Amino acid sequence: MLGVAPFGMVFGVAAVGSDVPVVETVAMSVVIFAGASQLAAVELVGQNAPAVVVVATVLVINLRMMMYSASIAPHFERLSARWKALLSYLLTDQAYAASIFEFENDDDVSRKWYFLGVAAPIWLMWQVATVGGIALGSGVPDGWHLDFAVPLVFLALVIPAVTDRSTAVAAVVGGSVAVAASGLPFNLGLITAAVAGIAGGLVTEEVA
Amino acid sequence: MAGQLDGPVLWLVILAAGVGTYAIRVSFVALFGRFDEVPEGVERALQFVPAAVLAALVAPDVVAPEGTLALSASNPRPLAAVVAAAVAWYTEDVAATLIAGMGALWVASYLLA
Repeated sequence: MLGVAPFGMVFGVAAVGSDVPVVETVAMSVVIFAGASQLAAVELVGQNAPAVVVVATVLVINLRMMMYSASIAPHFERLSARWKALLSYLLTDQAYAASIFEFENDDDVSRKWYFLGVAAPIWLMWQVATVGGIALGSGVPDGWHLDFAVPLVFLALVIPAVTDRSTAVAAVVGGSVAVAASGLPFNLGLITAAVAGIAGGLVTEEVA
Repeated sequence: MAGQLDGPVLWLVILAAGVGTYAIRVSFVALFGRFDEVPEGVERALQFVPAAVLAALVAPDVVAPEGTLALSASNPRPLAAVVAAAVAWYTEDVAATLIAGMGALWVASYLLA
């Protein structure tokens, strides 16, 4: 939960650094509302990447949420279409991680109110932190190494995602290919790494 | 800036990325119950997406922060990441991981400076 605030500020600072205007930066946090992909998007905009590359990168990074959607869907099954629409918009790594554990261990807890209670504060904090980061702009001293907060947030999320040998292979292959391909233009290394990591996991599962 | 996405094109990018991201989020929540289960092949591939994508987001920022592989004593990030990974393993807590990793980076940078 605390991870959201520095992450959002890093995004705001990065957007200022890439000359993305204030209104567009806030619009990204409201319309896309997915930090990792927003951060990649402003970096690509700063590198003058083509529009198609920016959109494709955002979608590849956010593809993991399709798994969260599949995993949490049974718990939302009996909600109205309106609630499903709202709660889906608020689906994030952190909200998923905090809710699914509770849902799988407590049959009685209200699905919609519990999820809303976790997810809505994350949304609010994300917007506030974005504005805070924009306000800080380039005023953050380099010595703080605030940019390191971003891989740390993902590190905290990837560790619980590694649950067995095949997910471990997916992570190791994904990480290694991303480093090897980091010289590719416009973040295409990320897409390559994602595909390679998924393939590595599937192959490991097949032979195991 | 010459060539940089701005104005209507940037807005179009934000809108397309937002609509696509929402479609990803709502996908199975909306479809569940219309067909009985997530197709097995899709589910098998999707289970590896978080590990693969999150690791791909972490690794370059840690071992190649300037774009080229930097595994020497002058780069304190791998060490800080190992400390953070250990804390993440034991606590499974984002805040604790963040504090441990940033703390380790500051200490290591100070000692190396």
